[in-house]
Formats: sequence, structure tokens, C-alpha cells
Amino acid sequence: MDTLLFALFAGIAILSAVVMIMQRHPVSSALALVGVMGSLAILYLLLGATFIAAAQLIVYAGAIMVLFLFVIMLLNAGAEPKPLRQSFLARALGFPLGIALIAILGFLIQRTVPPDSVVVRFADAKAGSPQDIGRALFTQYLLPFEVTSVLVLIAILGAVVLARKET
Amino acid sequence: MPANFIPTTADYLRTLPEIILIVAGTLLMLLEGLAGERNRKGTGPIALVAILAAFGAAFLAGLDNRGPAFQNFLIIDDFATFFRLLVLVVGAFSVLCSMSYFERENNDTGEYYALILFSLVGQCLLASSNELIMVFIGLEISSIATYILCGFQRDDRRNNESAIKYFLLGSFATTFLLYGVAWIYGMTGTTKLDEIGKLVADPRAIDTPWMVAACCALMFVGFAFKVSAAPLQSWTPDVYQGAPAPVTMFMSAGPKAAAFAVFLRVFTTGFSTLGESWMPVVWISALLTMIVGNFAALTQSNIKRLLAYSSIAHAGYVLVAIAARSEIGTAAALFYLASYAFMNLGAFAIVTQFSRAKERYVLVEDLAGLSQRQPVTAALFTVFLLSLIGVPLTSGFFGKFYIFKAAIDSKLFWLTVLGLLNSAVAAYYYLRIIVVMYFHEPGQSADTAPAPAPGISITMWASAVMIVVLGVYPGLLLRFATISSFLPK
Repeated sequence: MDTLLFALFAGIAILSAVVMIMQRHPVSSALALVGVMGSLAILYLLLGATFIAAAQLIVYAGAIMVLFLFVIMLLNAGAEPKPLRQSFLARALGFPLGIALIAILGFLIQRTVPPDSVVVRFADAKAGSPQDIGRALFTQYLLPFEVTSVLVLIAILGAVVLARKET
Repeated sequence: MPANFIPTTADYLRTLPEIILIVAGTLLMLLEGLAGERNRKGTGPIALVAILAAFGAAFLAGLDNRGPAFQNFLIIDDFATFFRLLVLVVGAFSVLCSMSYFERENNDTGEYYALILFSLVGQCLLASSNELIMVFIGLEISSIATYILCGFQRDDRRNNESAIKYFLLGSFATTFLLYGVAWIYGMTGTTKLDEIGKLVADPRAIDTPWMVAACCALMFVGFAFKVSAAPLQSWTPDVYQGAPAPVTMFMSAGPKAAAFAVFLRVFTTGFSTLGESWMPVVWISALLTMIVGNFAALTQSNIKRLLAYSSIAHAGYVLVAIAARSEIGTAAALFYLASYAFMNLGAFAIVTQFSRAKERYVLVEDLAGLSQRQPVTAALFTVFLLSLIGVPLTSGFFGKFYIFKAAIDSKLFWLTVLGLLNSAVAAYYYLRIIVVMYFHEPGQSADTAPAPAPGISITMWASAVMIVVLGVYPGLLLRFATISSFLPK
């Protein structure tokens, strides 16, 4: 059952990703991206990483996608699809480089997973619960976690600076 | 890894400079909101005090409290202390000049200083980070704050252009770095630089060195962009030209030095065993950077753009020192970055002052006859330019001398010869400015030039004194740079 669900949602994720790139209309692309993120969330859930699944849905599929769509509509980019102008270089190199990227990533994943755990056990993720993540964030990764708050603060400050009224 | 990690006093003391800067930056944001429209001034001095306090804390931590902090995420060694002190000095002088600049532009707000302080936090973290997550976060803090600073005067179209170009290209370059970090984590299972260094050196742990080389290449792209090394330098002239003059001053000295710091640390501690593979890349990049910078600067009429190309060329010289792959080379790079920071602070202080409101006078020709109207300013500018050329009795001379000496010691003869030829080319465009100042008839822009504001005067004089003192007694700084050049391999 788990394997079946995995295959189903992995398929949807890949299909949506392809659709996202092929679509010319930005709004359709954005909606396809929602499909990718939603199915990824379900994949996380299947693995037992409940927190990441929830975060994926709330942050990516929720907040960020709403922002995406909002900006697309605001800029009216979806009004009429324009013919795409692609550089020769992008057309010639894009596909092979993309394949190379997938190959390297696959190679890395295959290397990092220890040989005795080739079979993924569903709903058995060791550190996917909110408690585990919280513990890791506040012990092992305390400093990066705290410092990231400065990064977020700068982003807020930047938004205020760049969006204030004309003087 | 302890299950219950509680930071000790030593951890806090070692990161005290960052803590001071963060607290002061947050305080400035709050003050900005509390103060009314009218009494907004006075935030600059608070920032200045905070930077001086952070400087003191960094100095004390470097003096007798060295060591790792927060479970080895940061390491406060002499190398980190050198760069922390350097970026804080740059920050202090930038704040001094910014106070005059934004008072003139009638835009003196606390957010600006808060952003400078946060950017300094990022640079201090970069100087001491010993771990790739911290490298990434530090780089992002420093960069994002700088993107915003570039577009700070949002009514000025040049600022907007500068900020958007920097932001888009900078984000793109960061993804390369991030990919490199992710891959090396996939390869080694750790993000700590010393552990990565050990694993990479161990053929049993890593049986595919070409993958590590690919990670190395990706991270090189990210760092090369930040230090504006060719072929990733194309953003520099546009961004430097468009940003407010004190921001250009800040980012050409501070963030660049911090990026070089992390570049050196990652490639020395993490990837020193792969030195044979990455050295040719740095070699080619150094040569290209020097050539592009110097030859493009020859034809520039805008002084900010000219100094931007000159800053590219100087990054090329530092890359020569990195290509030497020795402790002497690292020491030469440190000395050069510090001495370049002072030349740049001085030169941009004068540009800041001379450009007047809305930066109207930024052409080389506008400086015509400055020596007759303001002999002192012209003389100081000459000192900075001579130091940028590398004339003896200025710190620029010893900077170049140590770099090329390190290159020769590492048997990089061709790079040395080509580098020296490059600095001969560079003399032309710096001398052109001096000729315009001294031998051209004063025009309307020199006639109306105002006397330097106090903050700018201090920056000019302090930089000139440092340049001459280091030009006569280079040992003062070189000793510190040599002590600081040790990086564990």
C-alpha cells in the first residue's frame, strides 16, 4: 500500500514538475508547482517526517505560492503568453546539464544511503517529529538557528526600507 | 554531540562582537520607530559606538580568549581576529562618512546604520566560521544587508539599478555555493571544515575525488562572485557605480575582505589536499581578473566606475597570493586586503565629499584643477592613488611586493611577470586622475567644491596616515598578518 502511494505521488510530483516547465502561462506554471509541493509533502508524510510535511504544506504550498500567484497577477504577466526567446547556449546546454545534475544527485543519494538500508521503511523516519527537530535546533544547531533570525530581521528591515513612502 | 548543549561564558565572550552588533542594530531599529520625524539624527554616533565596542570585544577575544565557540561552529583564531578587526575598522569609517553623506542627502535614518551593523555581523561570522552552514548564513547576512544598502535612496534610479542587479546576480551566485555545500555534505556527511579536510585527505573515505573537485568548483563560483573575480566580475562596475558613495566604499572594502577570508579558510582547511586541482583555476582567474580590471579601467570617465574596475584588478592581486598556496601567500593576502581597505576608504571618502548632493560630480574631468582650490584634498587623493599604483613609501608597494614575493617563492613565475605588467598598465589610469587634478584648469565643479565634512576629513587623514606609516614600517602590520596566516590544514 505504502509503495503504491509512493509511486503514485512521486509520479504526480515528476509530472507536475515537467508541466511546470512546459507551460507558457505563468499562472499554470505556478499551479503545477503547487502540485509538486503538495505531492512532496505527502511523500514526507509517508516517510513519517510529519513536521516537514506540515511545514512543506504551510510554508511552501501555502504562503510562498500565494505570494507567487499574487505577484504574477499584480504584474499582469499572465495576460498573454509571449513567444519565448531562448538563447542558443541555453537550448544546447540546458538539457545535458540537467541530466548531469540528476545523475550526480542520484549518485550522491546512492552513496550516502548505507548499503544495508536500501529498502526504505515507510513511516519509520528517526528524526522527523517536532520534538526531534526542536531538540536538534536548540542544541546541535543552536548558533545557526539563532543567527538565521538576524537574516530574517534584515529581510523585514529591507522590506520597510524599500517600501517606505517617497520622500 | 552533547544532548543538552548549554553555551559557556567562553562561547559568549568569543562571540561578543557579534552580540554587541546585533543588540545595537536592533536598538537602532527600535529608536527609529520611537523617534518622531524631526529628531531622527543621532543614530549614526550610536552605531559608531557599537562598532568601537565590538572592536574592543574582538580585540580582547583575540588577545587571550582564542578557541572554538558554539561547538566548533565558529573558531576564534588569529586569522578570524585579523578579519574581524579589519571589517570593523572599515565599518567604523564607513559610518563616519555616511553620517555626512546622508545628512547632505537629507536621508539620515537609523535603518541605514542598523543595516550596516547587521552586515558587519555577517562579515564577523564569515571571518570566524568553521562550518559550511555558518559560512552560508554569514554570507547571506552580509550580502542581503548590502543589497538593501545599495538601493537605500529609493528615489534615485541609479540606486535602484544597482540594488536590483546586485540582488539578482548575487542570489544566483549564492545558489552555486549552496549546491557545493549540499554536495560536499552528501559526500562526507559533515559540514565542519576540519572534518571535511580530514575526510577529503583520506582516500578510503572518499573514493571519488572528482566529485569533491566538482563541489570545490561550485563553491569557487560562489566565492569568486563575492570577491568579483573574473569571469564573474561583470556586476561590479554597475553596482559600485550606482550605489551611494559611502556604500560603495563599505562594500568594496568590508564584504570583499570577509569573502576573501572565508575563501581562504574553506580552500585551505577544507580542500588543501586538492590544491593541485584548484590552483590552476585560481591561477587563470587571477590573471583574467587583473587583465579585465586594469584594461577596462583605462577607458572609464566616471570615477566610481573607474575605482570599481580598479577594485576588480586588486582582487586579482589577492588571488595571486591565494594561488601561491603557502602561509607567506596568506600573510601577503591579509596585508594586501588591509592596506587596500585604507586606500579605498580614503579614495571613496573624497569621492563622497566631492560628488555633492545627488552625486552630480562623479566624472574624472570634474576633478580638474582641484589642487588649486583644495590643495590638501588633492594631495591626500594623490597619496591614495600612488598607493593604489604601488609606489614605494606607500603601503600599496609592500602589499604588491609581498604578494609577488610569495608567488615567486611558490614558483609562479609567469603569473608574477604578468601581474607586474598589469600593475604597470594600472599606473596609467591612476596617474590620469592626478594629472587632471594638478594640470587642468579648475572648472566650475572644483570652484564650488565644499570643504570636507568632519567625518570625511577624519577618514581621509586616518587612511593617509595608515598608508604612509605602513609604507615606511610595514612590519607593524606584517607581523600581525604573519601570525594570523596560520590556518589548520
